[in-house]
Amino acid sequence: MFIYPFVWMLSASLAPESELATLTVIPSEITFENYQVLLDKIPIGRALLNSVIVASSVTLGVLVFGSMIGYALSRLEFRGRDTIFYIILFTMTLPFHITLIPNYILMVKFGWVDTYAALIIPYMINAFAIIMFRQYFKSIPQDLIDAAKIDGCGELRIIFQILWPNSIPALVTIGIITFMASWNEVLWPLIVIRDEQLMTMPQLVTLFAVGGRAESQLGVKLASAVLLALPILVAYMFFQKYFIQSMASSGLKE
Amino acid sequence: MNIRHKTILPWLLVSPYIIHLLVFVAFPILFSLVLTFNKWNIISPMEYIGLSNYSRILHDRQFWKAVGNTLIFLSIHIPLQIIVAISLAEILNQKIKLRPFFRGAFFLPVIVSGVVVSILWQQLLGFDTGIFNRMLTSIGLGRIGWLIDPNWAMPSIAIMATWKNVGLYIVLFLVGLQTVPKAYYEAADIEGATKWQKFWHITLPMINPTIFMVVILSTIGGFSLFIEPYVMTGGGPLNSTLSAVLYIYKQAFFYYHMGYSATLGIFFAMIILFVIIIQKKFIEK
Repeated sequence: MFIYPFVWMLSASLAPESELATLTVIPSEITFENYQVLLDKIPIGRALLNSVIVASSVTLGVLVFGSMIGYALSRLEFRGRDTIFYIILFTMTLPFHITLIPNYILMVKFGWVDTYAALIIPYMINAFAIIMFRQYFKSIPQDLIDAAKIDGCGELRIIFQILWPNSIPALVTIGIITFMASWNEVLWPLIVIRDEQLMTMPQLVTLFAVGGRAESQLGVKLASAVLLALPILVAYMFFQKYFIQSMASSGLKE
Repeated sequence: MNIRHKTILPWLLVSPYIIHLLVFVAFPILFSLVLTFNKWNIISPMEYIGLSNYSRILHDRQFWKAVGNTLIFLSIHIPLQIIVAISLAEILNQKIKLRPFFRGAFFLPVIVSGVVVSILWQQLLGFDTGIFNRMLTSIGLGRIGWLIDPNWAMPSIAIMATWKNVGLYIVLFLVGLQTVPKAYYEAADIEGATKWQKFWHITLPMINPTIFMVVILSTIGGFSLFIEPYVMTGGGPLNSTLSAVLYIYKQAFFYYHMGYSATLGIFFAMIILFVIIIQKKFIEK
């Protein structure tokens, strides 16, 4: 029930167009024609590169900034700390519907439409990641930090050289969730990117499937879906356990 | 010097958040409110129109259609999701043998892009050659217009969304089920309780928090539905799959009604919060 549709999708994308109507599992002959057509029509390789650049930058930003802010909120004493914490919790409850349109207008005014900046910068800070880091850093013994301070470590070195090596589970969880969310995001790219050379994979595939260019060739459409699914499926095969744990913990925290 | 340094440093560390908050959250919210009183297509100057956007929304049949569609979606999706997820979690909780395999398989649609799932299901639900209709005709039943019949299109998307998300909720329910103390079931066995009684009186109350979470997440998901109708139906037939976000998107990027789409955004956000408060009251009982 859960695997079969994917198997069907793969074999349908490899089958000749004429066989799609009757196909159940295995096509009579395997052809890469659909993929050839696809590669000729849309810059899917470039889109893959764009997606990698965007998702990696967003993930890196979320990890770096999230741990800096999470550290300040969990380990440093300063006035306004609790206020910031409650503001973060509050912003997490706001539906994105409110900020969608004004954020698009911001991108227009910044001149960020059709740039990587529009896809990356607004996503580099994530309230959920800050809260997760704050929770996790609280569980790390203060002695570790004190010892580093006596050795003359600055706060940034404490975060990245002392806390990070001791926070692998948190880094993996937040990293996977962020990367996956960024990789699969499609509404925002549809809004801020018009230049085909800058489109991310899900956006390019969506516009290909919806716009007339697939010319109702189902096999080609399915081939584009296979290519879109492939990178995340490969990652899932290697890190299945972490994917499930990460997603489950993200659900439980909310 | 050192004391000054100490008070500034935490603020330096949190400054990226403050900047982000001001630029991408606080300003947009305020600007959104300003937009609701204006008519604007970004290019020409903004035009103050008072409360026109508000009165327009109350008479906008497409807005109410989108709200109704979302409620139809939720009324199918939420119960289906909970029933399927609890049943599968119960089964996985007992038969230990192939559990990692099944859990991994159920989780597959969760991690894959909604675009992939939409393109795939568009074929499965196709009228002439889709697998579902081929199965129906092979057992002698008539075809169903899954995506082309206005009465079926939204339920079809709700079923598909359940297939996509249920893996996550199975895992959450599994966690929930494992928190139920075994002693409760043993005590019930001594009393001679049936399986159904044990489920109804022990399991269900214990996993109530998980159910609540599933309801909330599904509700937000329902109001955020976008790519599925965008790819599969474009909001049709007869606007029967027009979702909240799809309608905002259409008003903003087909017609360039920025003021009106911002108003829609605020209204939908208020409806979401309202629905969640009602659900909270209802489930806590």
